[in-house]
Amino acid sequence: MMDSDLATLYQDIIIDHNKSPRNFGELPPPRHEADGYNPLCGDRLSVYLKLDGDRISDVSFDGSGCAISVASASLMTEALKGRTVAEAGALYNRMHALLTGSEKTGGEDIDLGKLEALAGVRAYPSRVKCATLAWHTVQSALSDEHKPVTTE
Amino acid sequence: MAVTETEATRSAIDPKRLRADFPALAQNVRGHPLIYLDNAATTQKPEAVISAEADYYRHDNANVHRGVHTLSERSTKKYERARARIAQFIGAGSPGEMVFTRGTTEAINLVAGAWGPVHLGKDDEILLTELEHHSNIVPWQLLAERTGARIVVAPIDERGNVPLDSFSERLNKRTRLVAVAHVSNALGTVNPVAEMVRRAHEAGARVLVDGAQAVGHLPVDVRALDCDFYTLSGHKMYAPMGIGALYVREDIATDMPPWQGGGEMIRAVRFEETLYADPPARFEAGTPNVGGAVGLAAAVDYLDALGMAALAAAEAPILDYALERLHTVPGLHLVGEPDERVGVISFVIDGVHPHDLGTLLDHAGVAIRTGHHCAMPVMEHYGVPATARASFGLYNTTADADRLTEALIEAREVFQR
Repeated sequence: MMDSDLATLYQDIIIDHNKSPRNFGELPPPRHEADGYNPLCGDRLSVYLKLDGDRISDVSFDGSGCAISVASASLMTEALKGRTVAEAGALYNRMHALLTGSEKTGGEDIDLGKLEALAGVRAYPSRVKCATLAWHTVQSALSDEHKPVTTE
Repeated sequence: MAVTETEATRSAIDPKRLRADFPALAQNVRGHPLIYLDNAATTQKPEAVISAEADYYRHDNANVHRGVHTLSERSTKKYERARARIAQFIGAGSPGEMVFTRGTTEAINLVAGAWGPVHLGKDDEILLTELEHHSNIVPWQLLAERTGARIVVAPIDERGNVPLDSFSERLNKRTRLVAVAHVSNALGTVNPVAEMVRRAHEAGARVLVDGAQAVGHLPVDVRALDCDFYTLSGHKMYAPMGIGALYVREDIATDMPPWQGGGEMIRAVRFEETLYADPPARFEAGTPNVGGAVGLAAAVDYLDALGMAALAAAEAPILDYALERLHTVPGLHLVGEPDERVGVISFVIDGVHPHDLGTLLDHAGVAIRTGHHCAMPVMEHYGVPATARASFGLYNTTADADRLTEALIEAREVFQR
């Protein structure tokens, strides 16, 4: 039934992480946190982080949004756990390039693993912000800006 | 006899045949024939409108009112004919009561900017309803900030109606203005505006009716409604984008100060003092969108030829059919079930976010809107971040409703894996 673009966008792994998001819920304080909001579609996410020195020891999120934004947030929490802040920054840049299809190089050595599943949004300009929302929000949480992130 | 007439009317308006008048509808989207159900956002334009605007630029283009040359006179004539045409279409007393604007948003801002500061002071009240579009909320908030006036909101009930009792309870001697949508863009609710105007006038308030979603669907008669201001957007009634109109009753217009300053709106300018033109020119600073006005007049001609009463009668059973079909989609919940509805159906489907529905339906060639529809208070009322909205126009058929229903069932299946 589905054509190939659509099948690429709504892969099983996306549907699965939307239906059963991993690391869903708040972490108890003390914690780093930030809120993200996509006014276009009403997606709202909060991201919570615990740092052990320079390392992300735990990360979670909650909120509501479309399948792309929820799956992206869920996959992101899995990918970030145990990484250093510097590694998280490099992954952010790599993901940003993947999702927006930008030519910017660097970080090709980073293995994206399951995150590759999000590449399908590139064919949907209006949906890219859904996938990037959680990633922008985590950057804000790490910098403790305490300013809600918005995609607009 | 009555039955025969109804049948005659319905057969006269055949959405399938009308579809052929709209060139943009004759295309495939992602391999499927386009089913355009985003008419509350903007309607498609008939060939008659497109060619009227193009012909204006091909043959008549010149600035209006100032030139003595042939093209300028022709252009002025077309512009003023357009004004008379839209005045007649919505039942204004004279063309002088119609001000051209970019659309409803600008029309409301004009009233808030020119009429508002003169008539509102500290602790005066502006009564809105909970189902207003942001463009009928934010200009009044800006005005309230400037003047110290307060915004008061008449709530909607669970079905998405504005109950007249709770509306009346919020009218008092401090109410200076009531601003209310004729038809809700998020729920399709038709407000009882004539009765609201009557009650507001009894309380001594002026009334602005936001007609953006009404004029393309219903016969509108501003004098029968007895409202003080009425706004419309051309692009939601098959006319070009960037043109709309504000009806201001003559006695109010006469006393209303200018809004924007510039050319066209003056009688004489000296550095010491400027004399302003009479309405409607007083409210039309700068070179107007003449091509848009000509397109709007062509859309009015198109709609008038069909007859708005006949159009409304033809659209109603298609909307009813769509509602009936949507009830067959598993997990679908309507958002808002107003007693009287035109054009719009809002809904959510369990387990599928509206934004994903929008993408999935696009792949079936079905264009719907998803999001908050610039009516965040309505979303808050129903406790949803967004809805999916199918909105109908004069070219939509029962087959379109069938295709929408099938596409929704298929979309849900994608998420049932």
